[in-house]
Amino acid sequence: MNIFYAVLALGVMGCVFGLILAVASKVFEVKTDPKLALILDCLPGANCGGCGYPGCAGCAAAILAKKAPVNACPSCSGLQTSRIAAVMGVEVKTVERRVAFVRCSGGTRAGHKFERYVGIEDCVAAMKVSGNGTLDCSFGCLGRGTCVQVCKFDAIHINDKGVAEVDREKCTHCMQCAAACPRHVIGDIPYAIDIVVPCGNHEKGAAAKAHCAVSCIGCRLCEKNCPSDAIHVVDNAARIDYTKCTSCGTCVTKCPRKLIVDIHADGKVAPVIVQ
Amino acid sequence: MEWTTLFDIALGAILINNFILVQFLGICPFMGVSKKMDTAVGMGFAVIFVMGLASALCYPVNRLLENLDLKYMQTVAFILVIAALVQFVEMFLKKSMPALYEALGVYLPLITTNCAVLGVVLLNVQNNHNFIQSVVYGITGGAGFLLAIVLFASIRERLEFSEPPRAFKGFPIALVTAGLMALSFMGFQGLQIPW
Repeated sequence: MNIFYAVLALGVMGCVFGLILAVASKVFEVKTDPKLALILDCLPGANCGGCGYPGCAGCAAAILAKKAPVNACPSCSGLQTSRIAAVMGVEVKTVERRVAFVRCSGGTRAGHKFERYVGIEDCVAAMKVSGNGTLDCSFGCLGRGTCVQVCKFDAIHINDKGVAEVDREKCTHCMQCAAACPRHVIGDIPYAIDIVVPCGNHEKGAAAKAHCAVSCIGCRLCEKNCPSDAIHVVDNAARIDYTKCTSCGTCVTKCPRKLIVDIHADGKVAPVIVQ
Repeated sequence: MEWTTLFDIALGAILINNFILVQFLGICPFMGVSKKMDTAVGMGFAVIFVMGLASALCYPVNRLLENLDLKYMQTVAFILVIAALVQFVEMFLKKSMPALYEALGVYLPLITTNCAVLGVVLLNVQNNHNFIQSVVYGITGGAGFLLAIVLFASIRERLEFSEPPRAFKGFPIALVTAGLMALSFMGFQGLQIPW
Protein backbone atom coordinates (compact mmCIF):
# COMPACT_ATOMS: atom_id res chain seq x y z
CA MET A 1 0.00 0.00 0.00
CA ASN A 2 2.91 2.32 0.81
CA ILE A 3 4.26 2.29 -2.75
CA PHE A 4 0.80 3.23 -3.95
CA TYR A 5 0.79 6.32 -1.71
CA ALA A 6 4.29 7.21 -2.80
CA VAL A 7 3.44 7.07 -6.52
CA LEU A 8 0.19 8.87 -5.90
CA ALA A 9 1.75 11.66 -3.82
CA LEU A 10 4.55 12.36 -6.28
CA GLY A 11 2.26 11.95 -9.28
CA VAL A 12 -0.27 14.41 -7.87
CA MET A 13 2.48 16.86 -6.97
CA GLY A 14 3.94 16.60 -10.47
CA CYS A 15 0.54 17.14 -12.05
CA VAL A 16 -0.24 20.12 -9.81
CA PHE A 17 3.11 21.78 -10.54
CA GLY A 18 2.73 21.03 -14.24
CA LEU A 19 -0.73 22.59 -14.27
CA ILE A 20 0.46 25.65 -12.34
CA LEU A 21 3.37 26.12 -14.76
CA ALA A 22 1.10 25.67 -17.78
CA VAL A 23 -1.35 28.24 -16.47
CA ALA A 24 1.50 30.55 -15.43
CA SER A 25 3.08 30.40 -18.86
CA LYS A 26 -0.22 31.70 -20.29
CA VAL A 27 -0.87 34.24 -17.55
CA PHE A 28 2.66 35.60 -17.47
CA GLU A 29 3.27 35.36 -21.19
CA VAL A 30 5.51 38.13 -22.46
CA LYS A 31 5.06 38.79 -26.14
CA THR A 32 8.39 39.20 -27.86
CA ASP A 33 8.55 40.48 -31.39
CA PRO A 34 9.52 37.60 -33.73
CA LYS A 35 11.73 40.13 -35.51
CA LEU A 36 14.00 40.22 -32.43
CA ALA A 37 15.08 36.61 -32.92
CA LEU A 38 15.60 37.22 -36.65
CA ILE A 39 17.84 40.23 -36.01
CA LEU A 40 19.74 38.37 -33.31
CA ASP A 41 20.41 35.57 -35.79
CA CYS A 42 22.13 38.03 -38.14
CA LEU A 43 24.41 39.48 -35.47
CA PRO A 44 27.78 37.79 -34.87
CA GLY A 45 27.03 36.81 -31.25
CA ALA A 46 30.51 37.66 -29.98
CA ASN A 47 29.08 40.29 -27.56
CA CYS A 48 32.08 42.49 -28.34
CA GLY A 49 30.33 45.69 -27.25
CA GLY A 50 31.56 47.57 -30.31
CA CYS A 51 28.05 48.89 -30.94
CA GLY A 52 27.90 50.46 -27.48
CA TYR A 53 25.08 48.21 -26.26
CA PRO A 54 25.50 45.42 -23.70
CA GLY A 55 26.01 42.49 -26.04
CA CYS A 56 24.33 41.43 -29.25
CA ALA A 57 20.92 40.99 -27.59
CA GLY A 58 21.03 44.60 -26.43
CA CYS A 59 21.99 45.75 -29.92
CA ALA A 60 19.17 43.70 -31.49
CA ALA A 61 16.66 45.22 -29.06
CA ALA A 62 17.91 48.72 -29.89
CA ILE A 63 17.70 48.09 -33.64
CA LEU A 64 14.18 46.74 -33.20
CA ALA A 65 13.18 49.80 -31.15
CA LYS A 66 14.70 51.96 -33.93
CA LYS A 67 17.05 53.49 -31.37
CA ALA A 68 20.00 52.23 -33.39
CA PRO A 69 20.50 52.09 -37.16
CA VAL A 70 20.42 48.69 -38.90
CA ASN A 71 24.17 48.94 -39.42
CA ALA A 72 24.79 49.62 -35.72
CA CYS A 73 26.93 46.49 -35.49
CA PRO A 74 30.46 47.40 -36.59
CA SER A 75 31.38 43.75 -36.91
CA CYS A 76 28.64 42.72 -39.35
CA SER A 77 29.48 42.11 -42.97
CA GLY A 78 27.46 43.81 -45.70
CA LEU A 79 25.41 40.66 -46.21
CA GLN A 80 24.44 40.46 -42.53
CA THR A 81 23.55 44.15 -42.44
CA SER A 82 21.40 43.84 -45.54
CA ARG A 83 19.59 40.89 -43.96
CA ILE A 84 18.87 42.97 -40.84
CA ALA A 85 17.70 45.77 -43.13
CA ALA A 86 15.37 43.33 -44.87
CA VAL A 87 13.90 42.27 -41.51
CA MET A 88 13.36 45.90 -40.55
CA GLY A 89 12.10 46.80 -44.01
CA VAL A 90 14.58 49.57 -44.73
CA GLU A 91 17.36 50.07 -47.27
CA VAL A 92 21.00 50.26 -46.34
CA LYS A 93 23.80 52.13 -48.03
CA THR A 94 27.05 50.23 -48.45
CA VAL A 95 29.74 51.50 -46.15
CA GLU A 96 33.44 51.26 -46.88
CA ARG A 97 35.10 48.57 -44.77
CA ARG A 98 37.55 49.91 -42.24
CA VAL A 99 39.99 48.16 -39.93
CA ALA A 100 41.90 49.11 -36.81
CA PHE A 101 45.48 50.24 -37.32
CA VAL A 102 48.36 50.59 -34.86
CA ARG A 103 50.23 53.84 -35.52
CA CYS A 104 53.55 52.50 -34.30
CA SER A 105 56.18 50.05 -35.51
CA GLY A 106 58.89 50.77 -32.95
CA GLY A 107 58.86 48.02 -30.33
CA THR A 108 62.36 46.63 -29.90
CA ARG A 109 63.66 49.23 -32.34
CA ALA A 110 62.51 52.08 -30.12
CA GLY A 111 64.50 53.43 -27.21
CA HIS A 112 63.54 52.05 -23.78
CA LYS A 113 63.74 53.97 -20.53
CA PHE A 114 64.46 50.87 -18.48
CA GLU A 115 66.82 47.99 -18.93
CA ARG A 116 64.02 45.65 -18.01
CA TYR A 117 60.37 45.99 -16.95
CA VAL A 118 59.24 43.32 -14.49
CA GLY A 119 55.82 44.62 -13.50
CA ILE A 120 52.40 43.29 -14.48
CA GLU A 121 52.27 42.42 -18.18
CA ASP A 122 49.68 45.03 -19.01
CA CYS A 123 49.99 48.40 -20.76
CA VAL A 124 47.82 50.25 -18.23
CA ALA A 125 49.94 48.94 -15.36
CA ALA A 126 53.16 49.72 -17.27
CA MET A 127 51.92 53.28 -17.82
CA LYS A 128 51.26 53.74 -14.11
CA VAL A 129 54.54 52.27 -12.93
CA SER A 130 56.75 54.14 -15.33
CA GLY A 131 55.09 57.54 -15.30
CA ASN A 132 54.56 57.87 -19.03
CA GLY A 133 55.29 54.47 -20.51
CA THR A 134 58.40 52.34 -20.69
CA LEU A 135 59.52 53.84 -24.03
CA ASP A 136 61.53 56.98 -24.70
CA CYS A 137 58.90 57.89 -27.27
CA SER A 138 55.75 59.12 -25.57
CA PHE A 139 53.52 58.12 -28.50
CA GLY A 140 54.57 54.52 -29.14
CA CYS A 141 53.01 51.12 -28.50
CA LEU A 142 54.18 49.55 -25.23
CA GLY A 143 53.53 46.05 -26.53
CA ARG A 144 52.15 44.60 -23.27
CA GLY A 145 49.01 43.34 -24.94
CA THR A 146 46.10 45.15 -23.30
CA CYS A 147 44.52 45.35 -26.77
CA VAL A 148 45.14 41.62 -27.34
CA GLN A 149 43.17 40.89 -24.15
CA VAL A 150 40.11 42.87 -25.19
CA CYS A 151 39.92 41.69 -28.82
CA LYS A 152 37.02 39.25 -29.15
CA PHE A 153 38.01 38.26 -32.68
CA ASP A 154 41.65 37.23 -32.17
CA ALA A 155 42.57 39.97 -34.62
CA ILE A 156 45.34 41.84 -32.81
CA HIS A 157 48.63 40.37 -31.62
CA ILE A 158 52.05 41.48 -30.44
CA ASN A 159 54.37 40.81 -33.39
CA ASP A 160 58.00 39.68 -33.34
CA LYS A 161 59.13 43.31 -33.03
CA GLY A 162 57.14 43.77 -29.82
CA VAL A 163 54.44 45.97 -31.32
CA ALA A 164 50.72 45.31 -31.52
CA GLU A 165 49.70 44.45 -35.08
CA VAL A 166 46.20 44.13 -36.48
CA ASP A 167 45.23 41.09 -38.53
CA ARG A 168 43.40 42.99 -41.27
CA GLU A 169 41.41 39.94 -42.41
CA LYS A 170 40.06 39.14 -38.96
CA CYS A 171 39.52 42.74 -37.78
CA THR A 172 35.88 43.75 -37.65
CA HIS A 173 36.42 47.41 -36.76
CA CYS A 174 34.70 47.13 -33.37
CA MET A 175 37.50 49.42 -32.06
CA GLN A 176 37.55 47.90 -28.58
CA CYS A 177 41.36 47.80 -28.84
CA ALA A 178 41.48 51.56 -29.45
CA ALA A 179 39.29 52.16 -26.42
CA ALA A 180 41.49 49.92 -24.24
CA CYS A 181 44.85 51.34 -25.37
CA PRO A 182 46.21 53.69 -22.68
CA ARG A 183 48.53 55.26 -25.28
CA HIS A 184 45.76 55.99 -27.80
CA VAL A 185 48.05 54.64 -30.47
CA ILE A 186 45.35 52.64 -32.30
CA GLY A 187 43.33 54.38 -34.99
CA ASP A 188 41.45 53.16 -38.03
CA ILE A 189 42.10 53.14 -41.77
CA PRO A 190 40.17 51.86 -44.80
CA TYR A 191 40.61 48.15 -45.48
CA ALA A 192 41.29 48.53 -49.19
CA ILE A 193 44.55 50.49 -49.08
CA ASP A 194 48.23 49.69 -49.62
CA ILE A 195 50.40 52.39 -48.09
CA VAL A 196 50.52 53.02 -44.36
CA VAL A 197 52.54 55.28 -42.05
CA PRO A 198 52.95 53.26 -38.85
CA CYS A 199 54.14 56.12 -36.64
CA GLY A 200 52.35 58.79 -34.67
CA ASN A 201 55.33 60.58 -33.15
CA HIS A 202 54.63 64.33 -33.04
CA GLU A 203 58.02 65.33 -31.67
CA LYS A 204 60.41 67.53 -33.66
CA GLY A 205 62.87 65.77 -35.98
CA ALA A 206 65.90 65.53 -33.70
CA ALA A 207 63.91 64.30 -30.67
CA ALA A 208 61.93 61.81 -32.76
CA LYS A 209 65.17 60.50 -34.26
CA ALA A 210 66.79 60.13 -30.84
CA HIS A 211 63.84 58.23 -29.36
CA CYS A 212 63.21 55.60 -32.02
CA ALA A 213 64.89 54.03 -35.05
CA VAL A 214 61.67 53.99 -37.06
CA SER A 215 60.06 57.32 -36.19
CA CYS A 216 58.62 59.93 -38.52
CA ILE A 217 60.92 62.97 -38.29
CA GLY A 218 58.59 65.23 -40.25
CA CYS A 219 61.12 65.84 -43.06
CA ARG A 220 58.34 66.35 -45.64
CA LEU A 221 60.17 64.37 -48.36
CA CYS A 222 57.06 62.27 -48.86
CA GLU A 223 54.85 65.35 -49.02
CA LYS A 224 57.06 67.07 -51.59
CA ASN A 225 57.31 64.02 -53.82
CA CYS A 226 53.70 62.82 -53.71
CA PRO A 227 52.26 63.18 -57.24
CA SER A 228 48.66 63.25 -56.02
CA ASP A 229 48.97 65.55 -52.97
CA ALA A 230 47.79 62.71 -50.72
CA ILE A 231 50.37 62.71 -47.92
CA HIS A 232 50.90 65.61 -45.55
CA VAL A 233 52.97 66.22 -42.46
CA VAL A 234 50.70 67.45 -39.71
CA ASP A 235 52.25 68.22 -36.31
CA ASN A 236 55.55 66.60 -37.35
CA ALA A 237 53.97 63.29 -38.40
CA ALA A 238 53.01 62.15 -41.90
CA ARG A 239 49.36 61.26 -42.50
CA ILE A 240 47.86 59.86 -45.71
CA ASP A 241 44.59 61.16 -47.15
CA TYR A 242 43.19 57.89 -48.48
CA THR A 243 40.63 59.62 -50.67
CA LYS A 244 43.54 60.90 -52.78
CA CYS A 245 46.14 58.12 -52.40
CA THR A 246 46.72 56.10 -55.58
CA SER A 247 49.12 53.58 -53.99
CA CYS A 248 51.90 54.67 -56.39
CA GLY A 249 54.53 53.95 -53.75
CA THR A 250 56.61 57.11 -54.27
CA CYS A 251 56.58 57.95 -50.56
CA VAL A 252 57.69 54.41 -49.70
CA THR A 253 60.86 54.83 -51.76
CA LYS A 254 61.48 58.45 -50.71
CA CYS A 255 61.12 57.99 -46.93
CA PRO A 256 64.65 58.30 -45.44
CA ARG A 257 63.55 56.42 -42.32
CA LYS A 258 62.12 53.46 -44.28
CA LEU A 259 59.03 54.03 -42.19
CA ILE A 260 56.27 54.24 -44.79
CA VAL A 261 55.45 50.74 -46.01
CA ASP A 262 53.39 49.07 -48.69
CA ILE A 263 51.53 46.34 -46.79
CA HIS A 264 51.03 44.33 -49.98
CA ALA A 265 54.65 44.67 -51.12
CA ASP A 266 55.37 41.01 -50.32
CA GLY A 267 53.56 39.86 -53.47
CA LYS A 268 50.07 39.61 -52.09
CA VAL A 269 47.41 40.95 -54.43
CA ALA A 270 46.20 44.39 -53.49
CA PRO A 271 42.44 44.49 -52.92
CA VAL A 272 40.40 46.52 -55.39
CA ILE A 273 39.18 49.78 -53.94
CA VAL A 274 35.40 49.82 -53.91
CA GLN A 275 33.94 53.26 -53.79
CA MET B 1 13.29 33.24 22.94
CA GLU B 2 12.15 33.40 19.33
CA TRP B 3 14.38 36.32 18.33
CA THR B 4 17.52 34.91 19.89
CA THR B 5 16.90 31.57 18.17
CA LEU B 6 16.51 33.34 14.83
CA PHE B 7 19.72 35.28 15.44
CA ASP B 8 21.43 32.02 16.29
CA ILE B 9 20.23 30.49 13.03
CA ALA B 10 21.28 33.52 11.01
CA LEU B 11 24.76 33.66 12.52
CA GLY B 12 25.13 29.94 11.98
CA ALA B 13 24.09 30.12 8.33
CA ILE B 14 26.26 33.11 7.46
CA LEU B 15 29.47 32.47 9.40
CA ILE B 16 29.73 29.32 11.52
CA ASN B 17 28.24 26.88 9.04
CA ASN B 18 28.67 28.89 5.85
CA PHE B 19 27.10 26.89 3.02
CA ILE B 20 30.08 27.07 0.72
CA LEU B 21 33.15 27.36 2.87
CA VAL B 22 32.17 25.05 5.72
CA GLN B 23 29.47 22.73 4.41
CA PHE B 24 30.84 22.66 0.84
CA LEU B 25 27.43 23.00 -0.82
CA GLY B 26 26.96 24.93 -4.06
CA ILE B 27 30.62 24.80 -5.08
CA CYS B 28 29.76 24.72 -8.79
CA PRO B 29 28.46 28.30 -9.11
CA PHE B 30 31.04 29.36 -6.52
CA MET B 31 33.84 28.37 -8.91
CA GLY B 32 31.92 29.03 -12.11
CA VAL B 33 30.63 32.58 -11.80
CA SER B 34 33.19 34.14 -9.49
CA LYS B 35 35.51 35.50 -12.16
CA LYS B 36 33.95 38.94 -12.12
CA MET B 37 32.57 40.90 -9.21
CA ASP B 38 29.29 42.03 -10.82
CA THR B 39 28.27 38.54 -11.97
CA ALA B 40 29.18 37.19 -8.55
CA VAL B 41 26.93 39.73 -6.85
CA GLY B 42 24.10 38.92 -9.30
CA MET B 43 24.43 35.21 -8.57
CA GLY B 44 24.54 35.86 -4.82
CA PHE B 45 21.29 37.78 -4.80
CA ALA B 46 19.60 35.21 -7.03
CA VAL B 47 20.61 32.50 -4.55
CA ILE B 48 19.24 34.48 -1.57
CA PHE B 49 15.97 34.91 -3.45
CA VAL B 50 15.55 31.28 -4.44
CA MET B 51 16.79 29.78 -1.17
CA GLY B 52 14.32 31.87 0.82
CA LEU B 53 11.43 30.92 -1.43
CA ALA B 54 12.40 27.25 -1.59
CA SER B 55 12.59 27.04 2.20
CA ALA B 56 9.12 28.55 2.50
CA LEU B 57 7.55 26.32 -0.14
CA CYS B 58 9.20 23.08 0.93
CA TYR B 59 8.00 23.43 4.52
CA PRO B 60 4.34 22.51 3.78
CA VAL B 61 5.48 19.85 1.31
CA ASN B 62 7.58 18.26 4.03
CA ARG B 63 4.65 18.34 6.48
CA LEU B 64 2.53 16.60 3.85
CA LEU B 65 5.15 13.90 3.32
CA GLU B 66 5.48 13.38 7.08
CA ASN B 67 1.74 12.97 7.47
CA LEU B 68 1.67 10.40 4.66
CA ASP B 69 4.65 8.60 6.26
CA LEU B 70 6.70 9.14 3.09
CA LYS B 71 9.78 10.79 4.60
CA TYR B 72 12.12 8.78 2.37
CA MET B 73 10.69 10.66 -0.64
CA GLN B 74 11.97 14.02 0.58
CA THR B 75 14.88 14.36 -1.85
CA VAL B 76 12.82 13.59 -4.97
CA ALA B 77 9.91 15.74 -3.86
CA PHE B 78 12.14 18.70 -2.98
CA ILE B 79 13.94 18.57 -6.32
CA LEU B 80 10.55 18.62 -8.03
CA VAL B 81 9.42 21.57 -5.94
CA ILE B 82 12.61 23.57 -6.52
CA ALA B 83 12.62 22.97 -10.27
CA ALA B 84 8.98 24.00 -10.59
CA LEU B 85 9.52 26.97 -8.28
CA VAL B 86 12.44 28.35 -10.26
CA GLN B 87 10.50 28.01 -13.51
CA PHE B 88 7.53 29.76 -12.02
CA VAL B 89 9.59 32.55 -10.47
CA GLU B 90 11.32 33.12 -13.79
CA MET B 91 8.02 33.51 -15.63
CA PHE B 92 6.59 35.72 -12.91
CA LEU B 93 9.63 38.01 -12.84
CA LYS B 94 9.77 38.28 -16.62
CA LYS B 95 6.21 39.56 -16.67
CA SER B 96 5.92 41.69 -13.56
CA MET B 97 9.47 42.72 -12.62
CA PRO B 98 11.48 42.89 -15.85
CA ALA B 99 14.16 45.01 -14.17
CA LEU B 100 14.90 42.35 -11.54
CA TYR B 101 14.66 39.65 -14.23
CA GLU B 102 17.31 41.44 -16.31
CA ALA B 103 19.52 41.88 -13.27
CA LEU B 104 19.42 38.20 -12.30
CA GLY B 105 19.74 37.14 -15.95
CA VAL B 106 20.93 33.60 -16.63
CA TYR B 107 21.70 32.94 -12.97
CA LEU B 108 18.08 32.30 -12.05
CA PRO B 109 17.63 29.10 -14.15
CA LEU B 110 21.17 28.04 -13.21
CA ILE B 111 20.14 27.81 -9.58
CA THR B 112 17.77 24.92 -10.26
CA THR B 113 20.77 22.62 -10.20
CA ASN B 114 22.48 24.31 -7.26
CA CYS B 115 22.87 21.79 -4.45
CA ALA B 116 22.96 24.59 -1.85
CA VAL B 117 19.25 25.13 -2.51
CA LEU B 118 18.43 21.46 -2.02
CA GLY B 119 20.82 21.44 0.92
CA VAL B 120 19.06 24.25 2.73
CA VAL B 121 15.70 22.50 2.42
CA LEU B 122 17.02 19.16 3.66
CA LEU B 123 18.86 20.85 6.53
CA ASN B 124 15.63 22.58 7.53
CA VAL B 125 14.08 19.15 7.93
CA GLN B 126 17.11 17.73 9.70
CA ASN B 127 17.22 20.59 12.24
CA ASN B 128 13.44 20.55 12.85
CA HIS B 129 13.01 24.20 11.93
CA ASN B 130 9.53 25.66 12.03
CA PHE B 131 8.20 27.79 9.16
CA ILE B 132 9.75 31.13 10.18
CA GLN B 133 13.03 29.51 11.16
CA SER B 134 13.12 27.76 7.75
CA VAL B 135 12.66 31.03 5.87
CA VAL B 136 15.30 32.79 7.98
CA TYR B 137 17.70 29.90 7.49
CA GLY B 138 17.10 30.02 3.72
CA ILE B 139 17.63 33.75 3.37
CA THR B 140 20.67 33.94 5.66
CA GLY B 141 22.12 30.83 4.03
CA GLY B 142 21.88 32.73 0.74
CA ALA B 143 23.50 35.73 2.40
CA GLY B 144 26.37 33.47 3.48
CA PHE B 145 26.69 32.35 -0.13
CA LEU B 146 26.75 36.00 -1.25
CA LEU B 147 29.46 36.82 1.31
CA ALA B 148 31.64 33.89 0.27
CA ILE B 149 31.29 34.45 -3.48
CA VAL B 150 31.92 38.21 -3.24
CA LEU B 151 35.07 37.64 -1.16
CA PHE B 152 36.21 34.97 -3.59
CA ALA B 153 35.49 37.08 -6.69
CA SER B 154 37.50 39.99 -5.34
CA ILE B 155 40.45 37.69 -4.70
CA ARG B 156 40.13 36.14 -8.14
CA GLU B 157 40.09 39.53 -9.83
CA ARG B 158 43.38 40.25 -8.11
CA LEU B 159 44.70 36.77 -9.01
CA GLU B 160 44.38 37.66 -12.71
CA PHE B 161 47.39 39.92 -12.32
CA SER B 162 49.50 37.64 -10.18
CA GLU B 163 52.15 35.35 -11.56
CA PRO B 164 51.84 31.90 -9.99
CA PRO B 165 53.93 29.00 -11.33
CA ARG B 166 52.60 27.99 -14.72
CA ALA B 167 51.06 24.75 -13.48
CA PHE B 168 48.97 26.71 -10.98
CA LYS B 169 47.73 29.38 -13.37
CA GLY B 170 43.95 29.77 -13.64
CA PHE B 171 41.77 27.14 -12.01
CA PRO B 172 44.32 25.38 -9.74
CA ILE B 173 45.28 28.58 -7.92
CA ALA B 174 41.57 29.45 -7.59
CA LEU B 175 40.95 26.07 -5.93
CA VAL B 176 43.88 26.60 -3.58
CA THR B 177 42.48 30.03 -2.73
CA ALA B 178 39.06 28.55 -2.02
CA GLY B 179 40.70 25.99 0.27
CA LEU B 180 42.53 28.68 2.21
CA MET B 181 39.32 30.68 2.53
CA ALA B 182 37.53 27.59 3.87
CA LEU B 183 40.36 27.14 6.35
CA SER B 184 39.96 30.68 7.64
CA PHE B 185 36.18 30.26 7.93
CA MET B 186 36.81 27.24 10.14
CA GLY B 187 37.94 29.83 12.68
CA PHE B 188 34.29 30.79 13.18
CA GLN B 189 33.62 27.33 14.64
CA GLY B 190 34.55 28.69 18.04
CA LEU B 191 31.95 31.45 17.81
CA GLN B 192 29.17 30.94 20.38
CA ILE B 193 26.44 33.13 21.74
CA PRO B 194 26.25 32.98 25.53
CA TRP B 195 22.55 32.63 26.21
